[in-house]
Amino acid sequence: MTTRILGPFNRVEGDLEVHLDIADGKVAAARVNSPLYRGFEQMLPGKAPQDALVIVPRICGICSVAQSAAAAAALRGFMGLTPPPNGLLAEHLVTACENLADHLSHFYLFFMPDFARPVYQNRAWFPAVAARFQAVSGSAANDVLPARAEFMHLMGLMAGKWPHTLSLQPGGSSRPLEHSEILRLITLLRGFRRFLERHVFGDALEVLAGLDSLAALGRWREGRAGDLVLFLSVADDLGLDRLGRAGDRFLSYGAYGLFPAGVWVGGAAALDPAAIAEDVSHAWMAGETLAPAQGLTRPLPDKAGAYTWCKAPRYGGQVVETGALARQMLAGHPLIRAWVAAKGGSVTARVLARLLELAIVVPEMERWAKALTPGEPWCHQAELPAEGVGIGLVEAARGSLGHWLAVRHGRIANYQIIAPTTWNFSPRDAGGTPGALEQALAGMEVDPGDPMPVAVQHVVRSFDPCMVCTVH
Amino acid sequence: MPETMLNLLWLQSGGCGGCTLSLLNAEHPHLFNHLEEAGIRLLWHPSLSQASGAEALDLLAACAEGRERLDILCVEGSVMTGPHGTGRFHMLSGTGRPMMSWVLDLAARARHVMAVGTCAAFGGITASGGNPGGAVGLQYDGEHPGGLLGQGFRAGGGLPVINVAGCPTHPGWVLDTLLALALGRFSGADLDPLHRPRFYADHLVHHGCPRNEFYEFKASAEKASDQGCMMENMGCKGTQAHADCNTRLWNGAGSCLRGGYACVSCTEPRFEEPGHPFAETPKVAGIPIGLPTDMPKAWFVALAALSKSATPRRVRENAVADHTVVTPAVKKTGLK
Repeated sequence: MTTRILGPFNRVEGDLEVHLDIADGKVAAARVNSPLYRGFEQMLPGKAPQDALVIVPRICGICSVAQSAAAAAALRGFMGLTPPPNGLLAEHLVTACENLADHLSHFYLFFMPDFARPVYQNRAWFPAVAARFQAVSGSAANDVLPARAEFMHLMGLMAGKWPHTLSLQPGGSSRPLEHSEILRLITLLRGFRRFLERHVFGDALEVLAGLDSLAALGRWREGRAGDLVLFLSVADDLGLDRLGRAGDRFLSYGAYGLFPAGVWVGGAAALDPAAIAEDVSHAWMAGETLAPAQGLTRPLPDKAGAYTWCKAPRYGGQVVETGALARQMLAGHPLIRAWVAAKGGSVTARVLARLLELAIVVPEMERWAKALTPGEPWCHQAELPAEGVGIGLVEAARGSLGHWLAVRHGRIANYQIIAPTTWNFSPRDAGGTPGALEQALAGMEVDPGDPMPVAVQHVVRSFDPCMVCTVH
Repeated sequence: MPETMLNLLWLQSGGCGGCTLSLLNAEHPHLFNHLEEAGIRLLWHPSLSQASGAEALDLLAACAEGRERLDILCVEGSVMTGPHGTGRFHMLSGTGRPMMSWVLDLAARARHVMAVGTCAAFGGITASGGNPGGAVGLQYDGEHPGGLLGQGFRAGGGLPVINVAGCPTHPGWVLDTLLALALGRFSGADLDPLHRPRFYADHLVHHGCPRNEFYEFKASAEKASDQGCMMENMGCKGTQAHADCNTRLWNGAGSCLRGGYACVSCTEPRFEEPGHPFAETPKVAGIPIGLPTDMPKAWFVALAALSKSATPRRVRENAVADHTVVTPAVKKTGLK
């Protein structure tokens, strides 16, 4: 048996190290190390509750709005507020903008460039894929970077800037829109639709969103151009639909009032937040398994047997996977349900679910924009109670993000965060059960002589990890 | 295109990656074209480059050992010195070495060193709340010179660390600095007393604020979504904070103030610990402690009293509404 330490992983958000035990040409065991600790959960106690709105978005530059939304939701529960319709629509639009822009960044900038590596140069698809997706110099950047930046004008309009806005408030949005601004919003959404239909899908978004079976996807692909179809042909050739399966148990907190919350264990079940607990047995953390509302964060750098700063969240003691695939499983998208029923979760399934969300959510954004009503309220107000708790459960692009807030004597007494990649890249728990990525890597065939097996990179990046959120 | 491309190496440590994500918002031209046209070659960037694992580490080692020319070193995120000065809170993956020591080695070889973002410049948000991770900036620890590299540090080209502070940085701040360096148009005189590029740090966030009429009359917002000036009640530091956010604009046409929330002075050292809730203005006897930069207190008090007493009804009522409730009068006599 040989042990190989892989890192740094480029094109994941933040720093990541993976240890592989390799025996007989296969991964016998994987251990995932999140090597950066900053200590946000130690910074927040003692501060004014609303200061969380400034501090927690800065945990992450790519999930910044999701962190905002989770903090606003936790404060909302604590304050007993309900935002007005405009406020809720604004929050849907701003969070969807970040999530979809992240999907785009992931596909074009983080995930696809690996197929432009020389290791694939003898594949039939290589010339087209390398020309389009080569990191930095590929032709896709000329389409994607301007389209993404123009889509992000939504943030300039509705959130001041991105990342790190303060526009999402417990009571709604701080940024009322006038009539003319709503027209600009509708125009920029149309521009983003045009980009997606032209370059990503080669078809109308509604057609994509309406694909309801593997057969329908197969028929749709035939003779079609576009980056999704190009990816699917690469994925077929490399068998990415048989790569990177984790436990096929899925978690979603629900998003936009559109995708429901729930847990999938062979079937959909209602979400019970009380089933969530964080194990710290293999993290450089002191303490024991606790529910996040009671959670503690006490670094213990020399702890024996630990190999990461990441705690191990479990749902009812089980490992779950979160992300676009989980969201669409819980939302009951027929193509995604059929795919997982037939083949299970995989690299292909995760990427497909992510791109599918672009097709599903942009038309909804167009509807939300048209429902905004100037002159009606955007933000409700309330006094801050001196004592209480709040929970904020939202969906970031890469999965379920939870904030647990406790306030005493008018100050934050405890603030615990479980981010999407905390779930996906968690270490083993006290029972020795590996986290989702660790499971997805186990059993993979790898060349023991390859210092950075590219298939391992595909699996890692298929989760769209955000390492700065993971440990925070 | 210049004959010799400048090599740019980018490292990320105790930050959020948001300055890189903000950089991707660059437009006309987009980021990759901008760099290429400036004659800058991205030797390695953790979020954008192809190279992973050993390929990337070979590049880093080549720069650290002087085998590869390192023209510009950009560091994003604070340097994690904890726990107890060991740097264990960020070991660069695949190396078993603290990122802190990589930064020391690479900075010693670089012709120019840029701290991208307030974390890398001063410690920033990562140094908040008692600074559990021991986060410091490259050449500052908060407002105190020093940081990781020490007050006396000068990069090979003769400049101290260039502090492109901001949380996050505007893409234009980073790209203009890089372009000026590439063109040889950046000298010590272009740095302000906190070593920030003057081209954006010699402005105040207040400049170009669309709420200026409310500011003039001290017609103040009282709650989120109000249209009035946010200085008096909402914690806005736009009249004090150094940056051109309201003339350069973000994501098309945005800024914090245009987004309806306070400037938290994110380009300044120690912005992360203001000593009061971010969204509340600290006052003594009803007067904000943080007066507009360069304004004597007595003048401010006198002007505020005068302008408040002279506030038109339109401005007073619109200031506390989330849309225009009183429109400007249409003069019947023509404009003179």
